[in-house]
Amino acid sequence: MIKDPVNKNIVSQKDLRHFLDIENLSQSLILDILDLAESFAGVSGQPVKKVPLLRGKTIVNLFFEASTRTRTTFELAAKRLSADFLNINIDYSATKKGETLLDTLRNLEAMHCDMFIVRHPSSGASEFISKNVSQNISVINAGDGRHAHPTQAMLDVFTIRKYFSDFKKLKIAIVGDILHSRVARSLMHAFRILEVPDIRVIGPKTLLPNGVQHMGVTPYVDMDEGIKNCDVVIMLRLQNERMNSSFIPDENEYYNLYGFTPNRLDLISKNGKVMHPGPVNRGVEISSEVADGDRSVILQQVSNGIAVRMAILSLSMQP
Amino acid sequence: MKYSKDQTNDLLLKIENSLRAYLLKNGITDPIIIGVHTGGAWIADWLQKTMSLEGKAAALNISFYRDDFSKVGVNPKVEPTEMPVSIDDKHVILVDDVLFTGRTTRAAINEIFDFGRPLSVTLVVLIERNGKELPISADIVGEKLFLENNKNVKLCGPEPLILEIIDKDEGGQGY
Repeated sequence: MIKDPVNKNIVSQKDLRHFLDIENLSQSLILDILDLAESFAGVSGQPVKKVPLLRGKTIVNLFFEASTRTRTTFELAAKRLSADFLNINIDYSATKKGETLLDTLRNLEAMHCDMFIVRHPSSGASEFISKNVSQNISVINAGDGRHAHPTQAMLDVFTIRKYFSDFKKLKIAIVGDILHSRVARSLMHAFRILEVPDIRVIGPKTLLPNGVQHMGVTPYVDMDEGIKNCDVVIMLRLQNERMNSSFIPDENEYYNLYGFTPNRLDLISKNGKVMHPGPVNRGVEISSEVADGDRSVILQQVSNGIAVRMAILSLSMQP
Repeated sequence: MKYSKDQTNDLLLKIENSLRAYLLKNGITDPIIIGVHTGGAWIADWLQKTMSLEGKAAALNISFYRDDFSKVGVNPKVEPTEMPVSIDDKHVILVDDVLFTGRTTRAAINEIFDFGRPLSVTLVVLIERNGKELPISADIVGEKLFLENNKNVKLCGPEPLILEIIDKDEGGQGY
């Protein structure tokens, strides 16, 4: 059974358990989540794609920011575990009529909900919510500002393990808008914990955070040099909505310098895979030939998201 | 107390003979053997081979169908369920090592029905012990045991298969 008293993310204090970020998870806990996700993966192949594990529990998607993949795969994960599921669309909720976030939470608590899955444009929002809900409610971070997107990192790691059994032998590159990417941040932590020996981040200087090398990664500004012999290359989109000034000259130049074009496939390892957390901007950070080609595992990432989220939901709901 | 290898084997042969007679009597020629992880799956494999049935026995992991998640949670090390063939319109032989409270069997039957609609389900167990909590009985039993509350039956395996009666705090069948 998973109990990790020093872990602030999956907390075991007075029945309160949350999944807020990756950085303090132990390697064994990450591997436990991956193993359990492996078992849940079979449920999607059953004629009845459902197990009764979370029957009687109520899970709420609380999304303050746009999302397709994350929102729907959380919903499917909860439904495949037989939980009751609510999607609160903040655009149409009373929050728009002036109700405070805490009042919205109090009202949802009064409906006897057991878990909030939160996406929010502000870093730290999930942690704030976790500190302000009653103790029997779990909070899962589905992406908060630039801070973390821990379930995306978990499903990426799960996808990588499908192709490469030993993390301790891998060369992995993350390419693009590292500065604004919560996925990149969570991935860097996950890879460090899994002892990936060669983690690279690639992008124009303006999109690499200052001091990123202190996170145990090697920064590159030259993409061809950076992706050389990599087993996995994770492409990120430009997060224009989080940019408050001009970080790149223009998208065409960005594509020439940092776009994953078919000729760059020859640079990565023979069995190398290309990943992308989505949404994909074709012709900006990746070409259609690569995104739809046989080295791409982008759609597998989406499918794996359901099993990985089933594992995280059920482990966070443990007694 | 430990059964010897021969004593355990005698019980295995007994359920095999009873199962052959049962299949003959009911005109079942192509049953699907499904074992419950872990002990039941070992016995299911043994039956599949010994009875020269084609293919591989299916293995069920009932972890996601248990009724005590809110008390004990889920163990992350779950061997996945393996259901190699369709069970629709087939006679299913459900195999477990020990029938105790009946809760494992209840969970297993629920899981089976998530894979299709079998024509029938027959329960085969090596040991049926006291402590039933649900109205579930086995059709074929190797041996019936009356055990004290602090005792459990455990099947060690897969090769050789040996039954053991142990104290509850040492683990074994407790669900």
